[in-house]
Amino acid sequence: MYDTVIIGAGMSGLAAGIRLAHYDQRVCILERHTTIGGLNSFYRLGGRDFDVGLHAVTNFTPKGARKGPLARLLRQLRFRWDDFALAPQIGSEIAFPQERLQFGNGIELLESEVARAFPAERDAFANLMEKIVDYDDLNQELFEISTREILAETIRDPLLIEMLLCPLMWYGNAREGDMDFGQFCIMFRSIFCEGFGRPFAGVRLILKNLIRKFRRLGGELKTRAGVDHIHVENGRAIGLVLENGQEIEAAQIISSAGLVETMRLCDDVSQVDTTHAGRLSFMEAISVIDVEPQDVGLEKTVVFFNDSESFCWERPDTLIDARTGVICSPNNYAYTGQGETFPEGMIRITAQANFDRWHALDESSYQQEKTKSYNELVASAVRFIPDFRHRVIATDIFTPTTIRRFTGHDQGTVYGATHKILDGHTHLPNLHLCGTDQGFIGIVGSMMGGISIANHCLSGVHSSDSPILEGGS
Amino acid sequence: MTSEEIREVIIDILGDIAPDEELGDLKDEIAFRDQLELDSMDFLDIVMELRKRYRVQVPEEDYGELASMQSTVTYLEPKMQDVEKA
Ligand SMILES: Cc1cc2nc3c(=O)[nH]c(=O)nc-3n(C[C@H](O)[C@H](O)[C@H](O)COP(=O)(O)OP(=O)(O)OC[C@H]3O[C@@H](n4cnc5c(N)ncnc54)[C@H](O)[C@@H]3O)c2cc1C
Repeated sequence: MYDTVIIGAGMSGLAAGIRLAHYDQRVCILERHTTIGGLNSFYRLGGRDFDVGLHAVTNFTPKGARKGPLARLLRQLRFRWDDFALAPQIGSEIAFPQERLQFGNGIELLESEVARAFPAERDAFANLMEKIVDYDDLNQELFEISTREILAETIRDPLLIEMLLCPLMWYGNAREGDMDFGQFCIMFRSIFCEGFGRPFAGVRLILKNLIRKFRRLGGELKTRAGVDHIHVENGRAIGLVLENGQEIEAAQIISSAGLVETMRLCDDVSQVDTTHAGRLSFMEAISVIDVEPQDVGLEKTVVFFNDSESFCWERPDTLIDARTGVICSPNNYAYTGQGETFPEGMIRITAQANFDRWHALDESSYQQEKTKSYNELVASAVRFIPDFRHRVIATDIFTPTTIRRFTGHDQGTVYGATHKILDGHTHLPNLHLCGTDQGFIGIVGSMMGGISIANHCLSGVHSSDSPILEGGS
Repeated sequence: MTSEEIREVIIDILGDIAPDEELGDLKDEIAFRDQLELDSMDFLDIVMELRKRYRVQVPEEDYGELASMQSTVTYLEPKMQDVEKA
């Protein structure tokens, strides 16, 4: 009998596991896949290391910073800043045909860029900043107000609105068209006010540290241990049955499988409500080039591009939508460690993709369409960055079906359900959600989500805000 | 435990929570929040560490007593006088 069983060894499950094991709980993490990491895992192909989902660790704050989610996360998990060895970004860009805005770590560069490109919107941007700073991110009611409405009240120039939305939606919006204002504030702070970093070794390093700590604290991890269902009796979850038939008892269950996916596991739920199921998924075109990206003139860490009239954030009807995308080079961080140079370059480009379309293809058309979509997406991207196509020596492509295969998320969704449950509660008192569908997105975000649910489980009821002690964060 | 030992316990807990902090210069009368920018999650962690290590219970209404080193030691002294140093 475990005190807590956690479904999923992604970022949120691992972080929750560390907290619970640290406080002497008997914890077991069950992972369907053969490796850990979930949406943010890693693999080896053709002698090269690839990350699945790491472009940039958002919420980057430098060593010594005590505020913000990264510092908080390190304290909660008892890590030193150096354990994650994050190198800061070089500089990123929002690229539309009409205008480009640069931004870096810290809000200053973006502020001056907005003042340069949109002088009439200077005060409006300052007003928006105030609203964001004042926003209380744990209030579920305020969370879902419309970002587009707030932006339309604050900023006049539609181009600036679309340019600000583009990176924030790209890095963490589960809704189509509009965005929850709560999510907007979280993403604004994590991307524009804080920033991007990356460990030279990629997500491996972070995962290695997480799993090592979890094990040292006595936590157990079972891989190839897909949960088939959660057994419910008298309104409580009493145990889990694995796909191989094994039964496991648990006083408490935390699931990072997703809201709809978790409901489907519960044997007391006959009809799963899919009203809020997410449908946004990605295709990723990864190009390996024989020089560093800077040698072909690509000097940005991340470029968010868009060329439609208003930035379109929705599931395309076609296989992919190449009008908007994210271009990221893991080479373009300010690495300073010994030997931290790459022999070649990597350029990752992400586009929105339609799960159903990819899923409907037979094997040979799937392969063909992958190549066609790669070509289409790269051709679209090189309108905004130097053309690197003549230097490509290897490629890898993944699609929504790949994402579903490796994470179990319906529709290959990356940002999960469109309605977030901030405190992770479900219809059962001892079953909680953590991670993506709790509204905690991204690497740092999902770990914070796992931590908040673990703390909730450890201390009965408490929010992270106790009025006497909160110094504002 | 003497008040000096309790102080060491707290320093040890803080060192665990914030391994990057230089705790040698910690001022006992100044709030942790102002010196280390600890937030409510960290205070809860101090409470949980005390419970884990020494079985000392700090009820929620008393969390405010843990504001600074001085107030923490004063508050914990009666609770920890019979506790042996680990
Ligand atoms: C292409 C791409 C790029 C991204 N880029 C970035 C980035 O640059 N920066 C950033 O911060 N974030 C990025 N993300 C987002 C980030 O990866 C995710 O937000 C985060 O990893 C989510 O973690 P999680 O723990 O909530 O969920 P997941 O990672 O989805 O973990 C859930 C785990 O549960 C397991 N599971 C599911 N069902 C079962 C079951 N029945 N039984 C057992 N196990 C089960 C799955 O196998 C999985 O391991 C990116 C994601 C993708 C896909």
